[in-house]
Amino acid sequence: MGRILLEMKNITKTFPGVKALDNVNFQVEEGEIHALVGENGAGKSTLMNVLSGIYPFGTYEGDIIYNGEVCQFQKITDSEKRGIVIIHQELALVPQMSIGENMFLGNERGSKAAINWDETYSEADKYLKMVGLSESSRVLIKDIGTGKQQLVEIAKALAKNAKLLILDEPTSSLNETDSRALLDLMLEFKKQGMTMIIITHKLNEVVYVADKITVVRDGSTVETLDCHTMEIDEDRIIKGMVGREITDRFPKRDKSIVEIGDINMEVKDWTVYHPIYAERKVVDNVNMTVKKGEVVGIYGLMGAGRTELAMSIFGKSYGSDISGKLLIKGKEVDLKSPRAAINEKLAYVTEDRKGNGLVLSNSIRVNTSLANMVGVSSKGVIDMDKEYQVAVEYKDKLKTKTPSVEQNVGNLSGGNQQKVLLAKWMFTDPDILILDEPTRGIDVGAKYEIYCIINDLVREGKSVVMISSELPEVIGMSDRIYIMNEGRFVGEMKAEDATQENIMACILQAGRGE
Amino acid sequence: MAKYLEILKKNAMLIVLVLVYVFFCIKTGGSMFSPMNFNALITQNAYVFILATGMLMCMLTGGNIDLSCGSFVCLVGAVGGILMVVKNVNPGVSILLMLLVGVVYGCVLGFLVAYVNIPPWIATLAGYLAFRGWGTALLSANSSTGSIGPFPKSFLKIFSGKLFETTIKEFNVICFAVGIVAAVIVVVVNFVTRAGKVKKGYEADSLIAVIVKSALSAAVIILFAYKLAKAGGIPTVLVWVVAIVLIYSFITSKTTLGRYFYTIGGNKEATRLSGVDTRKIMFFAYLNMAVITVITTYVVIARLQAANSTAGTNFEMDAIAACVVGGVSAYGGSGTVFGMVIGATLIGVINLGMQLTGVDADWQKIVKGMVLLGAVVFDIMAAKKNATK
Repeated sequence: MGRILLEMKNITKTFPGVKALDNVNFQVEEGEIHALVGENGAGKSTLMNVLSGIYPFGTYEGDIIYNGEVCQFQKITDSEKRGIVIIHQELALVPQMSIGENMFLGNERGSKAAINWDETYSEADKYLKMVGLSESSRVLIKDIGTGKQQLVEIAKALAKNAKLLILDEPTSSLNETDSRALLDLMLEFKKQGMTMIIITHKLNEVVYVADKITVVRDGSTVETLDCHTMEIDEDRIIKGMVGREITDRFPKRDKSIVEIGDINMEVKDWTVYHPIYAERKVVDNVNMTVKKGEVVGIYGLMGAGRTELAMSIFGKSYGSDISGKLLIKGKEVDLKSPRAAINEKLAYVTEDRKGNGLVLSNSIRVNTSLANMVGVSSKGVIDMDKEYQVAVEYKDKLKTKTPSVEQNVGNLSGGNQQKVLLAKWMFTDPDILILDEPTRGIDVGAKYEIYCIINDLVREGKSVVMISSELPEVIGMSDRIYIMNEGRFVGEMKAEDATQENIMACILQAGRGE
Repeated sequence: MAKYLEILKKNAMLIVLVLVYVFFCIKTGGSMFSPMNFNALITQNAYVFILATGMLMCMLTGGNIDLSCGSFVCLVGAVGGILMVVKNVNPGVSILLMLLVGVVYGCVLGFLVAYVNIPPWIATLAGYLAFRGWGTALLSANSSTGSIGPFPKSFLKIFSGKLFETTIKEFNVICFAVGIVAAVIVVVVNFVTRAGKVKKGYEADSLIAVIVKSALSAAVIILFAYKLAKAGGIPTVLVWVVAIVLIYSFITSKTTLGRYFYTIGGNKEATRLSGVDTRKIMFFAYLNMAVITVITTYVVIARLQAANSTAGTNFEMDAIAACVVGGVSAYGGSGTVFGMVIGATLIGVINLGMQLTGVDADWQKIVKGMVLLGAVVFDIMAAKKNATK
């Protein structure tokens, strides 16, 4: 047993109408990596916000004991002074500024009157070395990838003399290689005596790095698992998170009912160039077929060109100089705009539901009908009653949890937002749905429901193209899988032949072939 | 109780308007309440109501504004003056030609904003500077005084003066009758709408709420009609204002076109990927703004009976202020025509009240600035409170 560095005792935090945290107890030992897991809305982030002083002392009940002292943080800088540094899920870096400038933002080097730039950059370089980033600190943030940006965030935290580092979903926007590198860096820090708390949805990462796992459910800590004394696997953690055993993470499709039919969509020699760097090939000579009643998985790491492929097919909404043929139900089509794609019964459900999927400031009703206003209006005049009915119908069908369809989408949880997004596209009555990371950032329970919706869709004879960077999901849900790497399709396999190993092998081989 | 608080909060600006109005009525010893000042409230502020409707459409698309409209009023006014007064062109033809100028400018501006992606405030800043100069140049080239007028009677009759003028000066019966008919229509529409909702089983306001709402709006309309009747009749310009307000209320709340303005303001990319040609909507917003500006010009030059180089000064700011005070989001995506009307009226009442009480002109500006700031702060605080709920 190491020394207890942090203890949060009987923490209760209430928002008007809801108890977000209910008598939470949470202990972190010095020098360990402690994973905090739980479904969305379980209270993980609230707990960390209490700890870091975002919710100041007095707005919650209970005690925070850090390093043997009871702490009363009024604001973030109070906790940072004590060495508690939180790295948020959404990177907080200024793209137009250099790495060094970002690293010391609000913590500038030099005298009160002027910034000492030499000191800034030389110190920045020192911290960059610690996180194993070989960029110069004078490089601008926008010129480096998200993986490296995440490392800059960590270096920034180190620059604040972090003793307890909290990482909120640090790998959510990283590809597999970068994620692994980040986790290894965490293990390296642990050796040097750093204490860390990691919040993540990716349970394989938890199993990989964590010494202890605390499960939060409905605002309470349910259990703390010690990875050194018990055999912990993902199923064990899920059981804690949802409070019951999930025997099957992927609902089965009854193959006798879901019949795979004729080719619904065919993509031939599809090549797309970057919209700004016109010489960069983003999608390179892709060939793909999608059959009726089939779930086609596209697996690839982040940056493999999956989203770019999907969006370029969907009415050329991405890229420049697109070449190749697109056949829908055997007929060659040239889709010049999203509207043309929708008219050909194609739907693209974006991976970025907040950025380009939903209008967060509008209601569920407005969002549901947005892509098919013709369906709820006549001669340009909206039939409000009909629109309301449609929204209610899809709310019931997809089991969206909301008091009313007049609720603003921004107030919903991630899983429910995803359902509204799906509802919007299902209302356009598509034959082919391209789902881009349909379960990103949503919890286990909601994921299962999304999978069920996918099964319902193919049962109705629609085709689903599912883009995902989660291997178990691709293997569990698809009938057929395409593997994408650096803009090209480097493999195709049937679901029954696919394993995590041979898919990764496929990508590694393609990488070596260069 | 909570329900009443909710209602109060929803209509906060309306309540502020009533309070401010009552305040000035007392302060002016009832002069604010006189028929003449009812009339003045409408005729003085007609341009704000009309112009702010166009501005509202621009602002909905994401807090975009048009800085050029005030100067454009000057330019189009000058064009109108030259056509009707100097060249003696038929007023009907002149009206159409002025409109054509607006359409041309609107197309250019719309193209720059929607297709070339120039930020609207920069694209319109150019017009703000250029049109005032151009308008003034045209005026001084055609008139030694720099002012062109008077406009032909037939033109003035369409945009200014009074409707249904009768021989009895003390009380215009027709005007009052029109008011009563309008009040009846409003009440009937309220009840029919509610009955329709109840019949189909949708969420509807309670019967008491509808009765209270109908009674209040009917009372306000009849009061207006009474006061205007005593002032000699309905100002012609009120017809234009009401028509435009009703048309745009309908567009923003009931049509798919109007819906897209809101969703673009909320999330442009999501709207685009939902198959909406967002550029076309942006184009339309600015084309519409230019056309609305031309209509404003008719009203303004008809009221002044002349075109001069100061016409339209600061109109763009008045229109933006009306929208913002009326709860139109400075970031786009929310706001209603009704809210804008309340905002414009509130500013109008404050203006008139201060004039009547003889507040110093400099102080008037200070007060207006504070009101604007207060409205925005109130809006943001209210939004925050809602978000944390």
